[in-house]
Amino acid sequence: MNILVVLKMVPDIVEELEIAPDGRSLDPLSLRMVINERDEHALEEALLLKERCGGTVTALALETPEIDDVLYTALAKGADRAVKVSGVETGLTGRAGAGLLASVLADVPHLLPADLILTGVEAIDDLDGQVAPFLAHRLGLPYIGIVTQVTADTPGAAMVIREYAGGLRGEFEVSLPAVVGIQAATKPPRYVPVAKVRAAMKSRTIESVQAGAEAGPGLIQVLQMAKPEAAGRAEMLEGSPEEIADGICVLLAGRGLL
Amino acid sequence: MAGNIWVLAAQWRGQLQEVTYEVLALGRRLAADAGVQLEAVLLGHNARDLAPALEPADVILWADHPELAEPTPETYALALAQLVKARQPRALLIPLTNVAMDVGPLLAAHLDVPFVNFCKTVRVADGALEARCGLYGNKVEVTVAASGAPAILGVLPGTHLAERGGGQAPSIEEVPVELPEAPRVRFVRYIEPQAGDVDITQHEVLVAVGRGIQRQDNVALAEVLAEALGGAVCASRPVIDQGWLPLSRQVGRSGMQVKPKLYLALGISGAPEHVEGMKDSGLIVAVNTDPAAPIFGVAHVGATADLLEVVPALIDRVKAAKGGKAA
Ligand SMILES: Cc1cc2nc3c(=O)[nH]c(=O)nc-3n(C[C@H](O)[C@H](O)[C@H](O)COP(=O)(O)OP(=O)(O)OC[C@H]3O[C@@H](n4cnc5c(N)ncnc54)[C@H](O)[C@@H]3O)c2cc1C
Ligand SMILES: Nc1ncnc2c1ncn2[C@@H]1O[C@H](COP(=O)(O)O)[C@@H](O)[C@H]1O
Repeated sequence: MNILVVLKMVPDIVEELEIAPDGRSLDPLSLRMVINERDEHALEEALLLKERCGGTVTALALETPEIDDVLYTALAKGADRAVKVSGVETGLTGRAGAGLLASVLADVPHLLPADLILTGVEAIDDLDGQVAPFLAHRLGLPYIGIVTQVTADTPGAAMVIREYAGGLRGEFEVSLPAVVGIQAATKPPRYVPVAKVRAAMKSRTIESVQAGAEAGPGLIQVLQMAKPEAAGRAEMLEGSPEEIADGICVLLAGRGLL
Repeated sequence: MAGNIWVLAAQWRGQLQEVTYEVLALGRRLAADAGVQLEAVLLGHNARDLAPALEPADVILWADHPELAEPTPETYALALAQLVKARQPRALLIPLTNVAMDVGPLLAAHLDVPFVNFCKTVRVADGALEARCGLYGNKVEVTVAASGAPAILGVLPGTHLAERGGGQAPSIEEVPVELPEAPRVRFVRYIEPQAGDVDITQHEVLVAVGRGIQRQDNVALAEVLAEALGGAVCASRPVIDQGWLPLSRQVGRSGMQVKPKLYLALGISGAPEHVEGMKDSGLIVAVNTDPAAPIFGVAHVGATADLLEVVPALIDRVKAAKGGKAA
């Protein structure tokens, strides 16, 4: 089982996000980039699959600032290969069209033959998502997303579990090769100590390939970017934690909840 | 502006999901503004009986096929691609549920048009369609030109008021679709949720913890508070994904829909997938260190504070108040 995992850097939304003066994008200086959370789960599911069924895991990413750290971390966690694709202008926030990105990824020489291509089910930073269905279409492969478990015990097919609402899940059989969008891995993503990542930096290499990018359907045209207008904004309690706790208690008592 | 406005009915397991009526309400307005018809698309197998209930639409296009019995996104997208090519609508609105979420981008890939995701609202501006969409967990909004032919838009649940009824009986038209006999993604079975330790939908007080709880040990703090308040602990997705609480405690799109009298949101940012599951709670109180957290747009009362400082203070006071009452 050869598994390819596609990783993306996205702005950390726990930080303050500043709108750039053009009014249509985020101010790059305000951003701290982190790996898309779903992609971390995709990598974990790939590593779990490899542990069960054997094979290889390749981590693939576009060349963006700090991507080396992410790829070395993937190697330290157990990936066999790490590949970065250079020469794609995505802008810091990766706002290239899904179609374009899919063409680029579909073009990467190492991409096939892979039995399974795992991506995150979605990234928080773009609208014309989702790269994975577009990629599947380009490659002529099936796609299924919102997946929380992948097993591959029979040749030529994988069993995947897809999440619905209220804890209900659905099981699907997918012909391989396939592209699968991961929502959450079977187990929480593993932790890898910094020392192991440092060791990977010394002993392993990240392969680099040049993108043979050809234009896909264009970007969605962003007319304006803004902070959402709060329709009904919460009434804010001020003061020390104790004062806030008092305020909450008064509120609850008033509603007969205390 | 040529072409009608289409809405994909969220039909699942023989029922129409409520969000269908929210998106039909949006479709109704767009169709009126553009001077075209509103058409609902109903895909399924033996689902014809549901068609009349889509009456906010002028026309109901109904396709029946055994391969559409379960909503496998691949087959749904294939069926829709055929209908779109044959009838050329101006726009297709798809409710963003876990059932239909993949359908939009797969269809867009087939048709080589963009997919406009996370739409909160859509309007006709100078004859063109414009969408306002939430990004970055709803911390930012973008207004975009929905220029695809057709425009394919994913509409967030909970953004429009559901409207039923239409006045005139819609015409119901069966439309043929051809699907491959051996689909590459095959539905096998549903896996029912395991009976949870606690049924969070039955509690009047919920203490909800998000990633801001930071460590597994801290969940115990929330448990103490919930117990003092006579309620239960529930959580957002990251807490469940870490295995700190069982899946039965998850609130949101993939988890439970809850409507307690009190929802105390601790360290939860307020991503749309979470808000969907709790926005109708009686009283929502949010504690978050980030003054810009979207949860403050949903909560009735909020505080910009560290939950790890507020919760212990709250436990003391709640215990004192309850103790006082008992004495
Ligand atoms: C298809 C799909 C389905 C999904 N279904 C669900 C679902 O059912 N339920 C769900 O919850 N999510 C769901 N999600 C995930 C959702 O998009 C968000 O990622 C998730 O809700 C974020 O959880 P959070 O608010 O706990 O974490 P974050 O967004 O990381 O927010 C953490 C918050 O804690 C605050 N904080 C940090 N430290 C402290 C502190 N000491 N005191 C107070 N505040 C603090 C931060 O300021 C931040 O606002 C789904 C996603 C997808 C794609
Ligand atoms: N620019 C990118 N570089 C690498 N992977 C990407 C990129 N964009 C999307 N992906 C992959 O596709 C998934 C879905 O992203 P999106 O389609 O942007 O919502 C991500 O979780 C990644 O696995």
